[in-house]
Amino acid sequence: MEMLRLATAGSVDDGKSTLIGRLLYDSKAIFEDQLESVERTSRDRGDEYTNLALLTDGLRAEREQGITIDVAYRYFATPARKFVIADTPGHVQYTRNMVTGASTADVALVLVDARKGILEQSRRHAFIASLLRIPHMVLCVNKMDLVDYDQDVFDAIRDEFRAFAAKLDIADMAVIPVSALEGDNVVNHSQNMPWYEGGSLLHHLEEVFIASDRNLRDPRFPVQYVLRPQSGSHRDYRGYAGTVAGGVLKPGDEVVVLPSGFESTIAGIDGPRGPVEETFAPMAVSITLTDDIDISRGDMICRPNNRPHVGQDIEAMVCWMSETDALVEGAKYAIKHTTRSVRALVKSVHYQLDINTLHRIDEANSLALNEIGRVSLRTTAPLFFDEYARNRDTGSFILIDEGTNRTVAAGMIMGPTQ
Amino acid sequence: MDYELTNLRALEAESMHIIREVAAEFERPVLLFSGGKDSVVMLHLAAKAFWPCKLPFPVMHVDTGHNFTEVIEFRDRAVDRAGARLVVASVQESIDLGRVVEETGPRASRNRLQTTTLLDAITDNRFNAVFGGARRDEEKARAKERVYSFRDEFGQWDPKNQRPELWSLYNGRHHQGEHIRVFPLSNWTELDIWQYIGEEEIELPSIYYAHRRRVFRRDGMLLAVSPFVTMMDDEDAFEMVVRYRTVGDASCTGAVESTAATVAEVIAEVAATRVTERGATRADDRTSEAAMEDRKREGYF
Repeated sequence: MEMLRLATAGSVDDGKSTLIGRLLYDSKAIFEDQLESVERTSRDRGDEYTNLALLTDGLRAEREQGITIDVAYRYFATPARKFVIADTPGHVQYTRNMVTGASTADVALVLVDARKGILEQSRRHAFIASLLRIPHMVLCVNKMDLVDYDQDVFDAIRDEFRAFAAKLDIADMAVIPVSALEGDNVVNHSQNMPWYEGGSLLHHLEEVFIASDRNLRDPRFPVQYVLRPQSGSHRDYRGYAGTVAGGVLKPGDEVVVLPSGFESTIAGIDGPRGPVEETFAPMAVSITLTDDIDISRGDMICRPNNRPHVGQDIEAMVCWMSETDALVEGAKYAIKHTTRSVRALVKSVHYQLDINTLHRIDEANSLALNEIGRVSLRTTAPLFFDEYARNRDTGSFILIDEGTNRTVAAGMIMGPTQ
Repeated sequence: MDYELTNLRALEAESMHIIREVAAEFERPVLLFSGGKDSVVMLHLAAKAFWPCKLPFPVMHVDTGHNFTEVIEFRDRAVDRAGARLVVASVQESIDLGRVVEETGPRASRNRLQTTTLLDAITDNRFNAVFGGARRDEEKARAKERVYSFRDEFGQWDPKNQRPELWSLYNGRHHQGEHIRVFPLSNWTELDIWQYIGEEEIELPSIYYAHRRRVFRRDGMLLAVSPFVTMMDDEDAFEMVVRYRTVGDASCTGAVESTAATVAEVIAEVAATRVTERGATRADDRTSEAAMEDRKREGYF
């Protein structure tokens, strides 16, 4: 059984929490004690129906104010798949959380209210999903019950969204008419919309093909931890532990280690259950080489004829996440990229991206909270990186404020500075 | 080869990645171990992450003194087998030192007292990363917690002020006196844990499987008759075939009626159950809607 990670986003009132509640409820992933607790709280609040949104809103402030304030993770499984849902709030000020939830997702689920159509927020969510390279997107046109299950309403929204999405880099998109409150097309195919011939949302999530989304072309192995027992029955063992970040590696493969440039051959690969014949992302393994060379955390094992970029000057899109300070030219931060931690200087801010219109604001030379823009960075030591579009693991980084230790930016590498 | 990882293999890889990352970046990590199934799986994954080396950090048990005998025996065996060093942080000692005051009455529990003992032990040992076996599917406040959960110098969790957590790039930076709680099992569910225990043939304390025990009913739960709980006048003890779904303080952990005596039978039971494990078995979570959130803010596991 495979795991699928789903990131949801929606505006405040378009029923996202209700949709997830419905998905969990109809797929029988909700337990009786959880349902009782929700029924009790719904009654206490004076809701006319069992408010399924309360299933996902876990914090005291959320239940009191009826809002979602942070990324919540939910789990359910069907015989076909296990699902991890990163449920993120839709308020304008929480772009930060959306990026967080989207960073590891296989599928982005964007919701719109059928009565309101595509709003600025829907566009923003779709844009963030494409920026974060979520490989698959599902647009759910919700509250179809409130527009009499009218096909024309659905078609108009679908066409408008497709026209907008054409400007984005979205590999795969589906559009589904649903009513989260009534359960239409969430788990079961709706009787109310015979004109819709596609599958239900759950059916789509069970079927969407995700195995080919990972990079299996470019072998990348960032060394995370060096295993040297130096005693006992494995005293001569020297293994380089880490998580495969791309490609396929096998014993016998010729490899090169960056930054030293030493070449060697893979002697063996130890997985969680002993030696394996090959390894690929995202397996956690330990690699032994035929030569005794000096390798430490932060080094990168790859193939001599397929290397990442090596350099200190990097172009990237960043999403700024600090409430207190803006990103400004000349500022320095700690940068964490794969297993390497160095420092980075912001050499320039090229432009800010208006995430509603997708226009570049060339005059911008700083980025405030939740703003996204393109920057040039210079790092204190070389990084071994790929374009984010090619590899999400070797193409991503975070910036950390060295004073507050807060994570202040998510970065997606576009390439080396020319 | 199709280059697909099953759910369990993907979870295993993610957990090993997190555990190795902590060992690489923190000077003084510690792994919390109660003998409960989640901490047993976590210890098992840690052993895999560093094979053939020994664990590069110690294991700590926060001991309420209200233990199931089977669990303590199991704890010592498991830690020994992993070749790890065991640190015991004792709630009794915190009481004796006057750090906390024992609750009284028939509903007295040492559950909440553990927080002080835990935080004192973290300070005394200068631990700066603390592995916990909590899962996000357990409880709604936990569903919002990061894998690396920052704690200030008072050990407090601030749910509204969490660091964004992106890709698998974890930010463990902290100032002296602060620490990070790390939850490598965040994305596992109860069923995942049991299926993994089955696949890996991991040994658990015997109380996880059906056995006869003297119990009594309180608040809809089956509590074991033990020296640690005072029964009230209207409570009657009787014998029943039960098992535990969670293992915590004997005074507030309930058993469930069950004949599941093997891993396969437990998996079948868990897959069919309609009540969450904490809902079924933990008096500590029943206090209010936000019981867990409130305790976590204070520094609880």
